[in-house]
Amino acid sequence: MAEITYRDALNQALAEEMERDDSVFLMGEEVAEYDGAYKVSKGLLDRFGELRVVDSPISELGFAGLGVGAAMVGLRPIIEFMTFNFSLLALDQVINSAAKMLYMTGGQINIPMVFRGPSGAALQLAAQHSQAAETWYVHAPGIKVVTPATPADAKGLMKAAIRDDDPVAVMEGELLYNVRGEVPEGDHVIPLGLADVKREGGDVSIITHGKTVHLALQAAKRLEKEGIEAEVLDLRSLRPLDVDAILATVRKTNRAVYLEEGWPYVGVGAQVAATIQEEAFDDLDAPVLRVTQADVPMPYAKNLEQLAKPNAERVIAACKRVLYRT
Amino acid sequence: MPTKVHMEALSPTMEEGQVVKWLKAEGDSVSQGEILAEIETDKATMELVARGDGVLRRVLLEEGGTAPVGEVIAIIAGADEELGDLPAKDEAPEGAGREKEEPAPEKEEAGAAREGSQEPKTPPAGEEPSEGEVEGVDDGTQVKASPLARRLAQEASLELSRIEGTGPGGRVVKRDVEAALEARVEARPEVAAADAPRVKGAAEGPEFEDVPLTQMRKTIARRLVESLGPVPHFFLRITVDMSRTLEARERVNRLLEEDDGKISINDFVLKATAGALARHPEVNAHWNGDSIRRFGRVHLGVAVATEEGLITPVIRDAHAKGLLEVSTEIRELVTRGRDKKLQPEEYTGSTFSVSNLGMFGIHEFTGVINPPEAGIVAVGGIEETPVVVEGQVVVRPLMKVTMSCDHRVIDGATGARFLQTLKEMLEEPAAALL
Amino acid sequence: MRETATKKGSLEGFSREEVLNMLRRMLFYRRFEEKAEEGYAIGKIGGFCHLHIGQEAAAEGCIGPLREDDYVVSAYREHTQALAKGMDARHVMAELYGRSAGSSAGKGGSMHIFGTEQAFMGGHGIVGAQVPLATGMGWAIKYRGEDRVAMCFMGDAAVNQGAFHESLNMAAVWELPVIYVVENNEYGMGTAFHRVSATRVEDRSVAYGIPSSAVNGQDVLEVWRHFQELVGQVREGGGPRFVEVRTYRFRGHSMSDPVSGTYRSKDEVTERTERDDPITLLRDRLFEAELLTQEELNSLDQEVRAEVQEAVDFADSAPFPDPSELYTHVYSCINEHGRLFFDGRDR
Repeated sequence: MAEITYRDALNQALAEEMERDDSVFLMGEEVAEYDGAYKVSKGLLDRFGELRVVDSPISELGFAGLGVGAAMVGLRPIIEFMTFNFSLLALDQVINSAAKMLYMTGGQINIPMVFRGPSGAALQLAAQHSQAAETWYVHAPGIKVVTPATPADAKGLMKAAIRDDDPVAVMEGELLYNVRGEVPEGDHVIPLGLADVKREGGDVSIITHGKTVHLALQAAKRLEKEGIEAEVLDLRSLRPLDVDAILATVRKTNRAVYLEEGWPYVGVGAQVAATIQEEAFDDLDAPVLRVTQADVPMPYAKNLEQLAKPNAERVIAACKRVLYRT
Repeated sequence: MPTKVHMEALSPTMEEGQVVKWLKAEGDSVSQGEILAEIETDKATMELVARGDGVLRRVLLEEGGTAPVGEVIAIIAGADEELGDLPAKDEAPEGAGREKEEPAPEKEEAGAAREGSQEPKTPPAGEEPSEGEVEGVDDGTQVKASPLARRLAQEASLELSRIEGTGPGGRVVKRDVEAALEARVEARPEVAAADAPRVKGAAEGPEFEDVPLTQMRKTIARRLVESLGPVPHFFLRITVDMSRTLEARERVNRLLEEDDGKISINDFVLKATAGALARHPEVNAHWNGDSIRRFGRVHLGVAVATEEGLITPVIRDAHAKGLLEVSTEIRELVTRGRDKKLQPEEYTGSTFSVSNLGMFGIHEFTGVINPPEAGIVAVGGIEETPVVVEGQVVVRPLMKVTMSCDHRVIDGATGARFLQTLKEMLEEPAAALL
Repeated sequence: MRETATKKGSLEGFSREEVLNMLRRMLFYRRFEEKAEEGYAIGKIGGFCHLHIGQEAAAEGCIGPLREDDYVVSAYREHTQALAKGMDARHVMAELYGRSAGSSAGKGGSMHIFGTEQAFMGGHGIVGAQVPLATGMGWAIKYRGEDRVAMCFMGDAAVNQGAFHESLNMAAVWELPVIYVVENNEYGMGTAFHRVSATRVEDRSVAYGIPSSAVNGQDVLEVWRHFQELVGQVREGGGPRFVEVRTYRFRGHSMSDPVSGTYRSKDEVTERTERDDPITLLRDRLFEAELLTQEELNSLDQEVRAEVQEAVDFADSAPFPDPSELYTHVYSCINEHGRLFFDGRDR
């Protein structure tokens, strides 16, 4: 197994799938000549040509819709949003066209496409460039959402997303692109809907997805020093959601903390907490707690930004609260 | 082609309309788009236009008449056109059947959607506990406990109200239940809740009551079966001071001497068991798989050893029979049982069973439940035993009673309360008269 | 310039058969929409239902010159365009009736008519949202090196949407084979186009360098001729085209809106329907050219009515979707792992 960056893992996935299937093309802002705003598509223009790696105008609604239209007639577009913040402009096409097409055509037209790009905050990018978009996407039936946290997951989930016959949003992270990790050689595909226990533990479950998986692991390491064994469950896929894995970890530890980058109101954690109390109520020894971004737009000032983001201290405190060890 | 003129929805909320005035009469020629009639809707008077060319051949609704939206109220057709089976004035217009016509699936679908609407997989917390023993505290307020602690306490027959909670606001959590178990804090049996159904007499009240299984009951049942086999047994043992029963037996037998009757200790035990069961219908019960059947009458099975094995004749309505009646009946049943002359109805239909091996010198033992009954009491022999009473060592005739319980039906505290009553009745035989 | 009938048996270069076919189909669209109107009035059709009455020449003249495999994408006033593209009237009517035999199995309704076999690609309910979709189909045609054309219908109000402008820009940059057709019926719901628009419809593509033209949308022969030419240009790689088809809506915006009211007078509607009915206009020219008699027209109309009635009967007797269909067609691929639905219902 080679150790590569998350960025290169995505690049490999894109290249391999474009090689494998002529109907796959990549379109978005700066994806071709510039090699991608975050260099994820580096070298792809040279390799596949300008019909398959396409620089778009800054028209998120337009090129997202163009992708849906192309998918309606059988192409498999990968639409890159420079960040998912900008995809709010395109949500009409994502929700009203892509997610609902199969249903309102009575099964005639499926949309085999991928929306991808980084989601969530980076560093000091302030309110409009620092938001987690998962909730907006995962809310609508008809769409699927994955959030890889490691290079191996990035490659495996991206390949599965491209091969899926429904619209899939692959939400990456600006702060993840440089993360290194081992990635299996060959055709590494991770089926959608499979969570992954990133760390085993019997005392408390930290359930999370995407970038905050790393934060959860940090918190778990510190908890270990205090004699608390936290299990870290990385959902990896938000829809389909691996409910079995969620229930299994809750049944094991009897307590859960949901950690996410986004806002709390109707966030992913709200759904997971609802599912736990519906289906594992009698296994709970404490309420499910959530650690999220502060319920405010992201501030610019460094100290305020740090206060707004979820951090290890908050995760540790939440774990102790559900363990009644305050 | 004839054109049917329908009562049309001329406003978005209109359900029926009244013909104010026909602007065309039968026989008038009309063309598409011409106004046929003025219709009073729920909001205003609107114009109804023709949707075909021809002659107004039939007017099916008089001025002033009302029809639901969709009903045919007139027919337009060619002057000589055959109208076939189109409605005439005297027939019930087809629209009267708009209800009928209304395709059923629409309603079914709506119904299905309602039925399918979100139902929590676990019942709301407030109605969950099927019995009071885990939940109830003396002042009737709810014990704060985590769902897991609740479940663990119930499984271990611990009363939450007797466990000190160390969670926020005194919440009982898992570690508290574990601590209680370790300290072997046994739940103190309490008398049955005052409003629990009581058995009054043989003819009174329904034969039995089926109690639907709560989610919790189902889960307990499933898990216990997994753990212990088809009937998850657990055992409760109590020691009874038989001094007063022995005294009572002596007095009673003296009274009966001339009748050649003789009341045995076992007769007292049977009578007391029947009395205690009548007060604890939650124990006088069957496990039906999808429900628990609580009986309003006590049919007491009595295990009897025969040469070929065990048979269990049944004393019907034992709760309503006097001591002598019980005694006579069981003796007769046992005799016929040993002679294999029992009719099926005489050894089936018991609601609860008693097995007594005291006469064989057995101190104590456990009985095996006879499904679908929820329990059996196993009665040992009376032994003179030194005990400490008010600081003094005294000798008392003690008898050990062991109850086997089907945990799907009976929880620890439930069984304990029953045994407590049984003990009281044997230690104070006069109590059976109450 | 309109040619006159130069020789017996033809009209402005179209054979009698061609013109009679156009007349017959426009009559068919008209009768179909009237039946939809009636179905709505008696409660058989629900929701929003937008009729194309008065605009039949746009459906016939624009779509007529297309090939079977050319894509047509439209908005929500699309019943007759679906018929013009070759969809079975029975399936379209059954869709309006919300029945399982409908083209979208009863799940789409009036605003979401789709027929992939006829390359009729909907049926879209958000003003202007179909424009990027058609652009994407144009992209797919180019990507695959095909000689198809994508035709995108929209109403006049759509040209004020961002999606429209983003799409025209991309189509121009990438020279996509798309014909953008604005059916200008003068009103976006109840607002006259000129009241909310800084420039005319036909000027809207100029900024993107897309050739623009306008036709009299009530004259089916003019529309047909014009589109025949445009389709040829686009098919040969001429890049996108933009056309304003000037027409008039004879009915309200939808069945739940008034035909006239504060935004347009009853007199205006009466005058325009009498003067600009595309069917009457064609009929009169056929009479004038002695290519059609009143008797022939009557019998044509009877045929068409019978055909439409058959569609209505088909729709009305078709079953409602099975309740289990509630849960189908949400995803085409139910993944092996994980949960996709969260309503807690059995499915």
